[in-house]
Amino acid sequence: MTDTIVLDKPVGAFEEQALPANRVRGYWQSVFYRLRHDPVTLVFAGIVLLIVLTAVLAPLIAPFDPYKESIVDRLKPFGWRGHLLGTDELGRDMLSRLIYGGRVSLLMGVVPVVIASLVGGILGVIGGFAGGRTNTIVMRTMDVFYAFPSVLLAVAIAGAMGGGMANGMLALTLVFIPPMCRIAETATTQIRALDFIEAARATGARNITIIRYHVLGNVLGPVFIYASSLVSVSILLASGLSFLGLGVRPPIPDWGLMLSTLRQSIYVVPLVCALPGAAIFITSICCNLVSDGLRAAMDVRM
Amino acid sequence: MLKYILRRILYAIPIAFGVSVVCFSLVYIAPGDPLQTVMPPDATAETIAIVKHAYGFDKPLPLQFLIWLGRVSTGDLGVSISTRRPVILEVSEALSNTGLLAMFAVPLAFLIGYAMGAVAGSFAGSWIDRVVTGAAVVGVSLPNYWLGIVLVIVFAVQYMLLPATGMGPNGSTNFDLMQWSNAKFLVLPVVTLAMIPIGILARTTRAAVAEVRNQDFVQTLRAKGLSEWAVTRHVLKNSLPQVMAVMGLQFGYLLGGSILVETVFTWPGSGFLLSKAIINRDVPVLQGTILTLSLVFVATNLVVDLLQSLVDPRIQRG
Amino acid sequence: MQDNPSLDLRDRGGPQQPLVIARDLRKYFPVKGGGGKAVQAVDDVSFTVAKGETLGVVGESGCGKSTLARLLLHLVPPDRGELVFDGEPVGVAGGLPVDALRRQVQMVFQDSYSSLNPRMPIRDSVAFGPFVQGKKKDEARKIAHDMLSKVGLDPSLFGPRYPHELSGGQKQRVNIARALATGPRMVILDEPVSALDKSVEAQVLNLLRALKRQFNLTFVFISHDLNIVQYISDRVLVMYLGRLVEIGPIDEIFDRPLHPYTRALLASRPSMDPTRRIEEPPITGDPPNPIDPPSGCRFHTRCPFAEGVCETTDPMLGSWEGLRSHVAACHMHDPRSGHSGIGTA
Repeated sequence: MTDTIVLDKPVGAFEEQALPANRVRGYWQSVFYRLRHDPVTLVFAGIVLLIVLTAVLAPLIAPFDPYKESIVDRLKPFGWRGHLLGTDELGRDMLSRLIYGGRVSLLMGVVPVVIASLVGGILGVIGGFAGGRTNTIVMRTMDVFYAFPSVLLAVAIAGAMGGGMANGMLALTLVFIPPMCRIAETATTQIRALDFIEAARATGARNITIIRYHVLGNVLGPVFIYASSLVSVSILLASGLSFLGLGVRPPIPDWGLMLSTLRQSIYVVPLVCALPGAAIFITSICCNLVSDGLRAAMDVRM
Repeated sequence: MLKYILRRILYAIPIAFGVSVVCFSLVYIAPGDPLQTVMPPDATAETIAIVKHAYGFDKPLPLQFLIWLGRVSTGDLGVSISTRRPVILEVSEALSNTGLLAMFAVPLAFLIGYAMGAVAGSFAGSWIDRVVTGAAVVGVSLPNYWLGIVLVIVFAVQYMLLPATGMGPNGSTNFDLMQWSNAKFLVLPVVTLAMIPIGILARTTRAAVAEVRNQDFVQTLRAKGLSEWAVTRHVLKNSLPQVMAVMGLQFGYLLGGSILVETVFTWPGSGFLLSKAIINRDVPVLQGTILTLSLVFVATNLVVDLLQSLVDPRIQRG
Repeated sequence: MQDNPSLDLRDRGGPQQPLVIARDLRKYFPVKGGGGKAVQAVDDVSFTVAKGETLGVVGESGCGKSTLARLLLHLVPPDRGELVFDGEPVGVAGGLPVDALRRQVQMVFQDSYSSLNPRMPIRDSVAFGPFVQGKKKDEARKIAHDMLSKVGLDPSLFGPRYPHELSGGQKQRVNIARALATGPRMVILDEPVSALDKSVEAQVLNLLRALKRQFNLTFVFISHDLNIVQYISDRVLVMYLGRLVEIGPIDEIFDRPLHPYTRALLASRPSMDPTRRIEEPPITGDPPNPIDPPSGCRFHTRCPFAEGVCETTDPMLGSWEGLRSHVAACHMHDPRSGHSGIGTA
């Protein structure tokens, strides 16, 4: 074979001429960059933050005791005697009940999604990475739960278990595990087929190590995006369960439950009765828009 | 082609089986003895034993399941505890009432949602797109039971135009579509029910239309000299299959998930039956309704998949 | 070939022992739902790799080269046959465990968008190998730094970058660095320059040759491009539809190709020489289906010299006597076959 190079030249002679762009930006840094320049999402994220803070600081903010009933001041309209948003059918201050109600609704909205993401995510990654029969078993089991419309499944489980906040959260978690599992499995399967996974395997790494360093970082994105979109759904479903009497029990304030108990009184003070639903709606739509913004920021081909 | 149909149907069978297992076990995850629901509280030990045997509660669980499965496949879903009528009758009546709602809600949702999505997709990126997409997001984030209440407040309480609850005058359940005095009961529930599907269909249509517009063949059409309107017609035609599939799924969702809206309007449909059964702890009705609704959903998905594969032959190869 | 094998502490058999002996390797991939049929990717392939040489592997797409590469690394277990690495059988009880094989053999993949983890900085991708093989994180990072500069990339500049910020040639240098980071004795290169522009290709090839010399490596170089193979290999192995059809020293193969397929491959190279004009295509037809390969000699359906015996009997590779041996699996070179063209090629 002909030598076209002088053998004693140092390897430095082959140095790359072209230098890369000056800004070093990893994936997460570019996500934050995009978010910072997206005013719409930031505004709604601010609103969500406000709602969360209100719920957390409820004891400090609420003007009245949410449990204090008053036979005289029942179903009063806006502004009656210091009750900015009126009173409910037992004379309790609406504003305070709404503020306290936010705690339950937000909790029932977020906790099931978080738990379902963990459980579903782990199952999905295991199934997707293992492939073959393991994957088929996991996904077929999930398919059975997919065969139920979410509302029906949530109501069925919560109803069968007798209602209550914990059962409601359990029902919602079970409803959300299959879609989270499917997202994680799809992402994992796609990643697994890529060359760098094979290269990692060629170094002799164990599967756990490969998953930890190469798979998780790439799967986290889609899982997180999907989970954030589930939060608004979870809030809707959770208050729906409470509306049917399958969530928290009275007298604990909860937006869905309040909507249900106030229903009889729509002929008396319609505006007051519509309030809890407005709270659900506002929270849900803000979460939805924030999640859309997150998706736009995170879903970029690099 | 036939192979795909067979394969798809075959695939639905273990799913249906899994669904029945879940429905069966719902009763057993409930706190307390399922026996309590069928017994008066002060029964003697002897009576308990007799009833237990009669219902088969003393047999091992898998056996109970098989017995139950056998009965259910012949259509025997038991007898309602509260009304003493056969469950299958209650469920089928209720389901047909829900079907009435869905029958109107889905086309309505399709018309409005598709129109919105087509407009948004055709003008993707413009302010029209943003307005329509915003409306769609509203539709999807709305608690539909709340919307129902608001509509009732506006139309029934404030302006007294439409009835607040029920399916017919004096709570009758005979329905005559031709008479406005009957038909007006449909309006609010249908509109309420259609809200979320409108949002979903608008989003789906917008995405499908925008995607099809970006495909190369659209440029070819323009280069051939077609007017913009003709091009749009082609685009809409191509985006139709995707949207129809989603519409079919929405129909299934409405059938199975109508419980919230029906409760608000006291519409005697399957969802309302379900919520009554929960309150009364009417176990046979609970089980029967959930089983029926979920099997209907599985069947709807199957039909939608098969229809879609007929329209779009690419699906069969996957 | 290899200057001083005794300097490598891992060397067991001395310079005369082949680094790799592959015997009757077979790998079939079952077709999904196909009722027992399988893609016959690699079918009873045997060869050796000498220490310090570069063995080129050529063939068209679908001939099984990539599967062969993966078999050599045991990324894919063979259905039949054995692999012997420096005298020790791999993957069998009492022999070399696959883990240990992976410390001595590495692979450079074709540069594609997926050859590097998009969420990992370059230096971590390169450091992963040493890290997995027992080094601590700092040590692994240091090795990565070292390696990056050896392949011509400034480690402080390129280390913290992400794959999408690099050009094709730069990414391929990273792939090479990653393969060398664990200190292997043999590197399998699967189409390493196929995705690169011509000018970059030359740079990378020269880099590979310099590194081979510096680290006393043995290369198995897979490519479909004959010109590259000629530039870099000592010996060449030609594959067709999962079978080994010819093997020999580089000059012999290119001057005196024995197998009709090799001849056709060489003739079909585009040339800048205006006097070398070809009107007829050297090979006609499409390669047959690897699920249902032709009987006997697999090339007989496209071979201009095919006769009855070619359809009925598998040709045997001639007897192999050493590294200068040049043999082909063709009935025309087998005196016992009865082919009319014996002695004419």
